[in-house]
Amino acid sequence: MGGGTLGRVGLRVATGLILAFIYIPLVLVVVYAFNRSGTSAWPPSGFTMAWIATAFANTGLQQAFLTSVAAALGATVIALILGSLASLAVARYAFFGRETISFVVILPIALPGIVTGMALSTTYASLDVPLGLLTIVIGHATFCVVLVYNNAIARLRRIAPSLEEASADLGADTFQTFRYVSFPALRSALLAGGLLAFALSFDEVIVTIFTAGGVKTLPIWIFQSFRLANQVPLVNVAGLVAILLSVIPVYLATRLSGSVAGART
Amino acid sequence: MRLEGVHKRFGEVVAVDGVDLDVHDGEFFSMLGPSGSGKTTTLRMIAGFELPTAGRILLHGQDVTAVPPFDRDVNTVFQDYALFPHMSVGDNVGYGLMVRKAPKAERVTRVRDALRMVRLEGYERRKPSQLSGGQRQRVALARALVNRPRVLLLDEPLGALDLKLREEMQLELKTIQQQVGITFIYVTHDQEEALTMSDRLAVFNKGRIEQVGAPAEVYERPATRFVAGFVGMSNLLTGAVAQAVIGRPGTFTIRPEKIHLAELDATVAADENSATGRIRDVVYLGSDTRYIVALDAGADLAVTQQNLATSSTEALALQGKAVRLVWKRQHDLPIVGEA
Repeated sequence: MGGGTLGRVGLRVATGLILAFIYIPLVLVVVYAFNRSGTSAWPPSGFTMAWIATAFANTGLQQAFLTSVAAALGATVIALILGSLASLAVARYAFFGRETISFVVILPIALPGIVTGMALSTTYASLDVPLGLLTIVIGHATFCVVLVYNNAIARLRRIAPSLEEASADLGADTFQTFRYVSFPALRSALLAGGLLAFALSFDEVIVTIFTAGGVKTLPIWIFQSFRLANQVPLVNVAGLVAILLSVIPVYLATRLSGSVAGART
Repeated sequence: MRLEGVHKRFGEVVAVDGVDLDVHDGEFFSMLGPSGSGKTTTLRMIAGFELPTAGRILLHGQDVTAVPPFDRDVNTVFQDYALFPHMSVGDNVGYGLMVRKAPKAERVTRVRDALRMVRLEGYERRKPSQLSGGQRQRVALARALVNRPRVLLLDEPLGALDLKLREEMQLELKTIQQQVGITFIYVTHDQEEALTMSDRLAVFNKGRIEQVGAPAEVYERPATRFVAGFVGMSNLLTGAVAQAVIGRPGTFTIRPEKIHLAELDATVAADENSATGRIRDVVYLGSDTRYIVALDAGADLAVTQQNLATSSTEALALQGKAVRLVWKRQHDLPIVGEA
């Protein structure tokens, strides 16, 4: 059918355009990170690794990078603990308000970051909590929990309850059942959720602005240096790092879990 | 194993409504019933996965009603086998010994013995995903038996297997049960399975037990209309039809294979009953043929005859013929408690 062929070609062109629209700007950042002239201007004047070296030597950038890694690791650890406990409770036990808990746990991912940021900032101020790395970690953990929870609960719903019953039936107490049966079945889902949580936290800006105080994470450093002409090559290198640390965990998580629930990175 | 007045309610739904049951030591006991009759819930209460709403469960005279599953001397073979997918066959079978901290050497021998019993010697290193349905079934059985429980519970263990394999496994289960001498409590909705394998069986309906007895007893003397209908195929004669055919009021059941198809003018002996009718339908079943006969007195009777010398064309040609049905008086059984 002629119309069908035309439609298919049209779809391919549209798909190509959309992908180009999304990825060409990213490719530009990567290309400019190696641009000899150090400007963000086309065409690039030649290849150099010099900016990478300069960027790694820059203490402000180093500091921001380490802060981001620390914040992302902290938020991920909290998310793993709380997310897996919440998913076990919701999936395996019947209790009053279970559906509500499930909804309330997932909600932060849908809340506008600006609202989460505002609310946290107000709360910290009224509790006299000094802003810094810790407050960033707590802020990021609120939405990182969702990723672990979603991955874990999807897995738990696929594990037949009879596996845990069989374990108990054969003489394993609750702890042994978790250790030998539930946890091994959950492991890859938790890893996938943790990787997504890390990626999400690593490049988060809005909540961070409200909760960081004077501390700079990598995204904040990029945001503040972006308009300074002499920082342009460094910003491109930092952008490259941010892309890698977001794309790699998401790629691994997708491989691990098959389908990724709730990713917005 | 004894159940005393066991009830189980899930919210508004009454799943088990007062079950009293005695299962003897070393017995192959079946709980037979349609889905939703409460047989699986009863099994799950015996295993300890569900807590009865009321009543007691006794194991060797000891009240285990509130004892958690991991402290009960009872093991279960699950309908979906519930093999641990990340463990090898050997680790699956040895799981019960491992969590109870049996010495390694003892574990290895007992796992090997258990696998030998289910004819899976040397399969220790395989993963459950590498096994066929029948083999997984055997692993599940070995895993449950390795702990040497007093009672083994089996929840429709053959449900997922094809007919041929199911028949093989029925024989094998029975052999293994006699070999180990453990009490088997077997849940099934397949009446044929229950009849062939069990020493005794209980017929469940709507959360209650309708009848308990040996297979022959339950089959030949069904206590209720439900049992007559559920266990094998059965004919029911009631009211005016019963009065006309049997000569007494009441509800009577006659098994289709006990009825003979005869010519209209056949002689009827003193110990026989008979009724006339016309063959309405002929269903050819291979080794047997089932005739549906519309009685002149009203009601239909099913009659099965073995195709000893009858061909399918001969059988099918009988449709529409007027016949006399003859059976021994001892085979029309009154159902007690029903008018």
